[in-house]
Amino acid sequence: MRLDILSALNAERAARRAVVIVTDVSGGHQRLVRGSDARNDPLADLLDKHLRSGKSGMEETPQGRVFLTVHVPPPRLVITGAVHISQALAPMARLLGYDVIIVDPRTAFATPERFPDVKVLAQWPDQALPPLNIDRYTAFVALTHDPKIDDPALMHALSRDCFYIGALGSKKTHGRRLERLKEQGISDSQLARIHAPIGLSIGAVSPPEIAVSIVAEITAGLRQPPEARA
Amino acid sequence: MDSKLLARDEDILKAAEDWRKAGRGVALATVVETWGSAPRPVGSNLVIDEEGNFLGSVSGGCVEGAVVTEALDVIGSGKPKTLEFGVADETAWKVGLSCGGTIRVYVEKVE
Repeated sequence: MRLDILSALNAERAARRAVVIVTDVSGGHQRLVRGSDARNDPLADLLDKHLRSGKSGMEETPQGRVFLTVHVPPPRLVITGAVHISQALAPMARLLGYDVIIVDPRTAFATPERFPDVKVLAQWPDQALPPLNIDRYTAFVALTHDPKIDDPALMHALSRDCFYIGALGSKKTHGRRLERLKEQGISDSQLARIHAPIGLSIGAVSPPEIAVSIVAEITAGLRQPPEARA
Repeated sequence: MDSKLLARDEDILKAAEDWRKAGRGVALATVVETWGSAPRPVGSNLVIDEEGNFLGSVSGGCVEGAVVTEALDVIGSGKPKTLEFGVADETAWKVGLSCGGTIRVYVEKVE
């Protein structure tokens, strides 16, 4: 590997940007493709597949066999709502390797005591979310159950390319939420991105059990191709 | 297990860059293919310098010694190599994978 490619690779990684090294393993030729340039690359489809999965691997191309070294930023979980479920969800997500950020304007909820080792922002979503630069390696959940907080947070998430969006609430609550968001001009296809009621259906009752169902659904969103999902 | 085997990927690639910038001869080994039960996933890295110092892992410690030896060759010649290790390999009794898998490792010089 040329030193300039290696330096560029390390710089992209330090900046939380996705990057792929394409190596011709027979000839040794190598090039670096930034995640933002992948869609204009001759290998766009292959690069997209690998950037989504985050996995490196060997691929056949018209130019021969190449190895794709894929580096994607560690996944992030942005939780709106410093609630009881979040207290179980945050450490579970950290075990799975996520960087976790909690947003809740209610200062009684959003305290470091309730969420050790997690970044807690005691701010309204409108203020807290835009600077986070939510990307395709981010999962987003809305758990406050309060439309004043959840709705604007969901609207922001829907405007971004995050790989998972989930919202707490029964079918009935979610139905009312969809009506409100539609009135805000969000299209049906956009609204269909929201997983609600949140989490896999495993009969979860307690907050930690609900957290398990949520991390399982997020994991499916991260790892499973869409056609394999129920 | 040697704690060096547990270093995070970014440390390994940063080390490769730092070692090269410090003027050392450096090779980078990458797991490019695996079959069956393999101890480290595709994409795992091992960085080696000309004195045989290394960081990272391409297996659970089973074949690192052999990879380091080959890497010294690559640092000398500048030509990349693809190595294969597994139970089917005739050297398996010596540096094979006890888990029964097969791995292919690409070794290249950092220049």
